[in-house]
Amino acid sequence: MQNMLKYITKRLAQTVLVLFVVAMIVFILTNYIGDPVSAMLTEEATYETIQELREELGLNDPLPVQFFNFLKDAIRGDFGNSYIYKQPVLQLIAERMPATLELVTITALLTLIIAIPLGVFAGAFPKSRISKLIMTGSILGISLPTFWIGMMLIYIFSVQYGVLPASGRGSTVNVLGLELSIFAKGGWRYLVMPSITLSLAYIATILRLTRTGIRENMKQDYIKFARAKGVSSKNVLFHHALKNALIPVVTVFGINIGKMFAFTTITETIFAWPGMGKLLIDAIYRSDRPIIVAYLMITSVMFVGINFVVDIIYTIIDPRIELR
Amino acid sequence: MGKKIKGFFQSETFFRYRHNIPAMVGTLFIVIAVFVALFGRQLLAVQNPYDLTQLDLANAYLPPMWMEGGSPQFPLGTDNQGRDIFSAIIYGSVSSLTIGICGMTCACLIGTTLGLISGYFGGVIDAVIMRIADIQLSFPSMFIALFILSVVGQGIDKLLIALVCVGWVTYARTVRGATLSVKKMEYIEASKTMGLPNFLIIVRHVMPNVVSSVIVLATIQMGDFILTEAALSFLGVGVPVTEPSLGLLVKSGFDVLFSGMWWTSVFPGLYIMLLVFGINLVGDFLRDELNPKLK
Amino acid sequence: MQEKLLEVKNLRTYFHTFKGVVKAVDGISFSLGKGEILGIVGESGSGKSVTCFSILKLIEEPGKVQADEIWFQGKDITAASEKEMTKIRGKDISMVFQDPMTSLNPLYTIGKQIEEMLILHEPQMDKDQRKKRCIELLNAVGIPNAEQQLKAYPHQFSGGMRQRVVIAIALAANPKLIIADEPTTALDVTIQAQILKLMKKLVQERQASLILITHDLAVVSEMVDRVIVMYCGKIVEQGPVDKIINEPSHPYTIGLLDSIPRLRKEQDRLDFIPGMVPNMYDLPSGCLFAPRCKGCKDVCRNREPEMKTVGSNHSAACHFPRIDY
Repeated sequence: MQNMLKYITKRLAQTVLVLFVVAMIVFILTNYIGDPVSAMLTEEATYETIQELREELGLNDPLPVQFFNFLKDAIRGDFGNSYIYKQPVLQLIAERMPATLELVTITALLTLIIAIPLGVFAGAFPKSRISKLIMTGSILGISLPTFWIGMMLIYIFSVQYGVLPASGRGSTVNVLGLELSIFAKGGWRYLVMPSITLSLAYIATILRLTRTGIRENMKQDYIKFARAKGVSSKNVLFHHALKNALIPVVTVFGINIGKMFAFTTITETIFAWPGMGKLLIDAIYRSDRPIIVAYLMITSVMFVGINFVVDIIYTIIDPRIELR
Repeated sequence: MGKKIKGFFQSETFFRYRHNIPAMVGTLFIVIAVFVALFGRQLLAVQNPYDLTQLDLANAYLPPMWMEGGSPQFPLGTDNQGRDIFSAIIYGSVSSLTIGICGMTCACLIGTTLGLISGYFGGVIDAVIMRIADIQLSFPSMFIALFILSVVGQGIDKLLIALVCVGWVTYARTVRGATLSVKKMEYIEASKTMGLPNFLIIVRHVMPNVVSSVIVLATIQMGDFILTEAALSFLGVGVPVTEPSLGLLVKSGFDVLFSGMWWTSVFPGLYIMLLVFGINLVGDFLRDELNPKLK
Repeated sequence: MQEKLLEVKNLRTYFHTFKGVVKAVDGISFSLGKGEILGIVGESGSGKSVTCFSILKLIEEPGKVQADEIWFQGKDITAASEKEMTKIRGKDISMVFQDPMTSLNPLYTIGKQIEEMLILHEPQMDKDQRKKRCIELLNAVGIPNAEQQLKAYPHQFSGGMRQRVVIAIALAANPKLIIADEPTTALDVTIQAQILKLMKKLVQERQASLILITHDLAVVSEMVDRVIVMYCGKIVEQGPVDKIINEPSHPYTIGLLDSIPRLRKEQDRLDFIPGMVPNMYDLPSGCLFAPRCKGCKDVCRNREPEMKTVGSNHSAACHFPRIDY
């Protein structure tokens, strides 16, 4: 237990360090996006007003001082106001985060529910025709351009048959402070196409990983020994091989959740899903620097947080990992 | 060299390849795509779809030739500017393949070199390279590419930079791991005692051991890069609108999808899918073939 | 004559691979008495392990097991279904594997893995009884602090300790027969003797039988009652251990014995068997050992030798067995 605490502290310290480096990179690079002064003032502004504003915003300070101020504000959650929306950026993002979180959660669940059973089947019966179909299908799955699939779904189910809504998230219900549409009446209809679009590639990766894990583990001695103990083939598969096969799946699934967040930018653009991803893409088009910076910092915190959780889970399920 | 080639055709790998229908189909897709990219512009294209003087608005919104109102001159139909979709796909595929191949080659060269250096020399260089890799790996590559492009702006060159920045890590990691295990072998020690310079030891003894993993990674990454390019262009942060790109074609098709003009987006997307599918089928075969754990 | 526990008649295990058919075990017959310890000796690839896995029907694709008869405890299990076999495996016949580093599941505690055997084969036991039994078993195989070690994971143990755990698992359901497939090959020399002695003691205490597979004739001479020598999937000689060691009949057995260094005897040089084990895809006709045999005659190359009795309970498959002791 003490080891665990020590390990967690150490990992937390590393996490903070990573975030510091990320903040520095984001700060330096985004300095080149758009000029905040020209975004805030009208074109007739005089040289004096510009200089006054620069002084006020601290833009004339040396870079390290600016960075320090940026960090101080960022920790308090103050990323400034959006150039376009003229609102505090944090508020803008916070308004849209539940939509993205909902989409990612549903996608993640969908991925696990579909991928693991298929992967176990394909790993346990590699010679079966169904397995071969699953495997070729999964290669197709990782070869699909996400945005295109989303469009095809829209064309078939919205334009041709009109059975599913093509965009938006419909009405929402407030659950524990989060605005969610899955619990709203008919809300799931808005989620079907975006979550399928987003999940396809991850279903394919997780499925393939599960299958490889099962196949590799089924060849191990401990599986043969378990069979010699009289464990039935079904229990050998589910009690012995699956648990071992899932260890790498946990790591990759964690990475995939991060990827899902990144790819919501595409899915949200196609389905006009009012989440953070769409906000970012719009901000990039319009060089709305505060939104870009805030989005990068907030998602970085999320990614690092996910990695942290995955590492902890990893040490719990695999006793061989030493807590260093 | 001739002997080596002959030996390959008699090997078990080649035998299994000939009996692996998906891998053969994948190769076929790749060969066709490369042919189309190399000669399609001269042999197959009806027009230069990116030369505005060749476009005629009178030909706009034509459906594929087998549908009512279609014209055999434009086999897959035209878009809102009278641009032939078939020719546009050919032009776009050149960009896709160029970006895929160039990006993959640069990422592979840089990543492999850094991996070799990191694994062979160890010490501070190793620590620095691997820390950067660690930090980078905690972020999705799509996210990093978006970030870089949002800072530096659009352009094929900038897209390449973003892809290389994202792509080198996998090679560096794999090659470093392989190098570390090779380094422990006694024949490396022997070469060192014989006074062989480090560079030669790496080229002669370490490289051959990492080649197969690098090939697998490179194949899979190429498909990945083509998809990423298309996605970024679709989002409007990749290839600029004036340049040919399959992702941009799909994007322009998206705007007219709701009016039922499906062909402007279906065919370019289908082409990306088949191309990447072909690459991944071959990559999958190679991965199974070169994975000692499954033998 | 003691009561028979296991009787195998004409067992054949063929692997149908891409390059051709490998006859890993080709028509072997033997029997095993209650409480008897049998050694199966041979080089790697001679089919010793495959024989044992075949009896338990644990041969995987592309292998196929066929036999005229396999009698176990008076029951013919030749055509037993997979479901019937899962009841026999572990309960009546259990195994000890070669490499203790890989034969335990890394994700479960030692206690869980012993307990699994009890849950499967002693369903009448409750949780406390099982725990008590696990501790007894660990004590029996000489693992100190048994109660705490139940919660340990395999990676926390050394090779020798792990093999003790594996033996404890094999003994858990009081099987009638234990098959040990080179149980000490992967261990340090100093530990090998300890483990073997332990196994012999435990098997005798429980009046179980043991099949010990090994390539090491020295191990055999100290441990077993009877020996079977295998070469390329066939039995070349079988008999009581003292006859095999002191009066071997088959030239292959003689060759094997001559290639063991003897510490106490004056010996200028070590003998060896010339040539190599033949390619299993392309076996010679006639006697399989003929190409390497010093006393090879024409008949050896053309006709396969049959099992001939060369002494009491002692037989060899050779046209010209040595009997002049």
